[in-house]
Amino acid sequence: MAYDITISAQGLVKRFRTRRGVVTAVDGVDLQVGRGETFGLIGPDGAGKTTMTRVILGLLKRTAGQSSILGYDSMRDTFAIRERVGYIAQQFALPGDMTVMENMCFFADVQGVDRHEQRQRIPELLEFAGLTRFTGRIARQLSGGMKKKLALACSLVHQPQVLMLDEPTLGVDPVSRREFWNLLGNLRAERGLTILVCTPYMDEAERCSRVGLMYGGRLVARDTPAAIKKTVPGRLLEFTPSDLQRAVPLVARLDGVLEVQTYGQMLHVFVDKVPKRRREIEGVLAGQGIACAGMREIEARMEEAFISLVRRRREGEWTSTPLSLKT
Amino acid sequence: MRRRLKRFGAIVRKEIVQLVRDRTTLGIVLIIPFLELFLFAYAVDLTVDHIPTAVADLSLDSQSQAFIHALEISGYFDMEMYLEDEAAVVRAIDEGRARAGVVIPPDFAAQVERGRGQALILLDGSDSFTVQSGYGAAVAIAQDRALKLMVEKVSRMGASLGALPISTSTRVLYNSTLDDMVFIVPALAGILLQVLAVNLTAIAVARERELGTIEQLLITPIRPIELMIGKMVPNILVTAFDMLSVVLLGVFWFGVPFRGNPWLFAWLSLLFLVSGLGMGLLISTMAQTQRQAQQGSVLLMLLSMLLTGFLYPRAPMPPAVKVIGNLIPLTYFVRIVRGIFTKGVGLSFIWSDVVALAVYGGVVMAVASATFRKRLD
Repeated sequence: MAYDITISAQGLVKRFRTRRGVVTAVDGVDLQVGRGETFGLIGPDGAGKTTMTRVILGLLKRTAGQSSILGYDSMRDTFAIRERVGYIAQQFALPGDMTVMENMCFFADVQGVDRHEQRQRIPELLEFAGLTRFTGRIARQLSGGMKKKLALACSLVHQPQVLMLDEPTLGVDPVSRREFWNLLGNLRAERGLTILVCTPYMDEAERCSRVGLMYGGRLVARDTPAAIKKTVPGRLLEFTPSDLQRAVPLVARLDGVLEVQTYGQMLHVFVDKVPKRRREIEGVLAGQGIACAGMREIEARMEEAFISLVRRRREGEWTSTPLSLKT
Repeated sequence: MRRRLKRFGAIVRKEIVQLVRDRTTLGIVLIIPFLELFLFAYAVDLTVDHIPTAVADLSLDSQSQAFIHALEISGYFDMEMYLEDEAAVVRAIDEGRARAGVVIPPDFAAQVERGRGQALILLDGSDSFTVQSGYGAAVAIAQDRALKLMVEKVSRMGASLGALPISTSTRVLYNSTLDDMVFIVPALAGILLQVLAVNLTAIAVARERELGTIEQLLITPIRPIELMIGKMVPNILVTAFDMLSVVLLGVFWFGVPFRGNPWLFAWLSLLFLVSGLGMGLLISTMAQTQRQAQQGSVLLMLLSMLLTGFLYPRAPMPPAVKVIGNLIPLTYFVRIVRGIFTKGVGLSFIWSDVVALAVYGGVVMAVASATFRKRLD
């Protein structure tokens, strides 16, 4: 491998014993995140993203396999990891009845940042997170976006080399989401932080240097966003049929149509050859009295790639061959 | 070590800030000792007197009047209604207008003269405290009355009875005036200490788990033992304040004598506090939510009220129940606290309870810290 490995997992397994039997949440994951990378972990709810993050951090005991951060074993060197890694849990987990400033000082103290450094670093971080005006505000009363920024500031107070974020923008408005990601971008550029981020948002996945798709506890694909997008079959046509309900089965039955996804009132159709299939689709739908507005070829985005990957996984067409081009 | 102290200090500060911000809980916790003490002092009376009584006097002669009068001046019975017969008296008790009844049959004076006088006392058995004190009082008053009549009769016959062949002289040690507060205050200090220590600790930990904030704490270099002890510190301060208020108020306001060594008392209270905090941690490691933690500590409080000798004597309890009582630290502390506070005895008299408490505290703390983990599962 050409780069240093910061986060690594080999054959990582986590099983939970529940009343209904044993649940395998993480099922043999191999993962390597290099220094300075921003690795996005995507996948449907319940795919095992949170569990895997927690196991790698040593918050949960692993059942089998290996995992480490910066060369420290997740289980044995738990506290070495905790001194070097910043983490934002999925739900807001800072002491809600303390002020912004009290939270910052608390995490600085427990991370062993001395007072002299605190006086310099805390105002910087608050400025960076745009919280300078809210230092006296009780954390619970912050807006969703500001809570996340506070969590980010707190997780950076000990200048970690690695940041692990579990759906950091869940329930945050689009503007704040963008701001949050701009902050992450700055961190990556200025400090060379290695970031592992779980996210359900495809536009966020596009901002990662590499993404891994988790499904059923396995990492079924991992690559750069561009390469992931190329894995979708054929090319993509977008249009708005006048009768969506009837149009879907008609289009899906046609030769050369690989996959149909609905997207609001629009249809996204994957075809093998664009001009030929475009004429055929228009013809068939016109024959049924269905008009096609705004038919055009578009670039497949993460969203389509993701849906397509998950769908093929579910249909079991796709055997155990992993999709990654390079690991 | 310096880092460890710094982390520990940060946790203590965090806990104190959070406790102070939670005004409702803090208010309740600080007011409880005063509330309990004044309730026990002015509202709750363990001996029942002035029992509302219904009377059916079918004789209406001098003997019946004298007997009823004797009952009344004892202070135990208040003759609130005079009814025509036994049935009416029973009805009055049924309806809850009276808790006791006195029925005196016709010809009472004549029967008494023949040595066969019989009066019927009815007691409301649905309230066992009334029965206990009413029964005791009625028997004593009747015997006293009978004795007087005997003496009168004998002296009328010209003889002298002299002294009775047996007499008892009773002296109640430590509490000569039979003041309930002397009985209540020391043990109340104990039960408050335990309830608060258990409850506050259990909830402080369960709250972090319920809100998910435990995750963000565990991901820092805080060691479990630091978190555990750090969470206890504010609770120690609050419970010490409550304990001190109860003791000072008991001694200076209610005049309960403190006969023993205050420093011995203070040190043993601290020892007791440790076992209470440990119990709280144990409950919190089993409970996933604040609600479960709350219920666990309420159950413990209930058992403590009933089984530790705080209110009810342990001697008549069956062995199995006594064993349950022995699992509660308050059992040992009630004996210790009454020993030092009321009897004024030293360590040499209570050492077995002190040893039991020390062992208990050590075991509970060891188990609690072993189950308090650095991970979520």
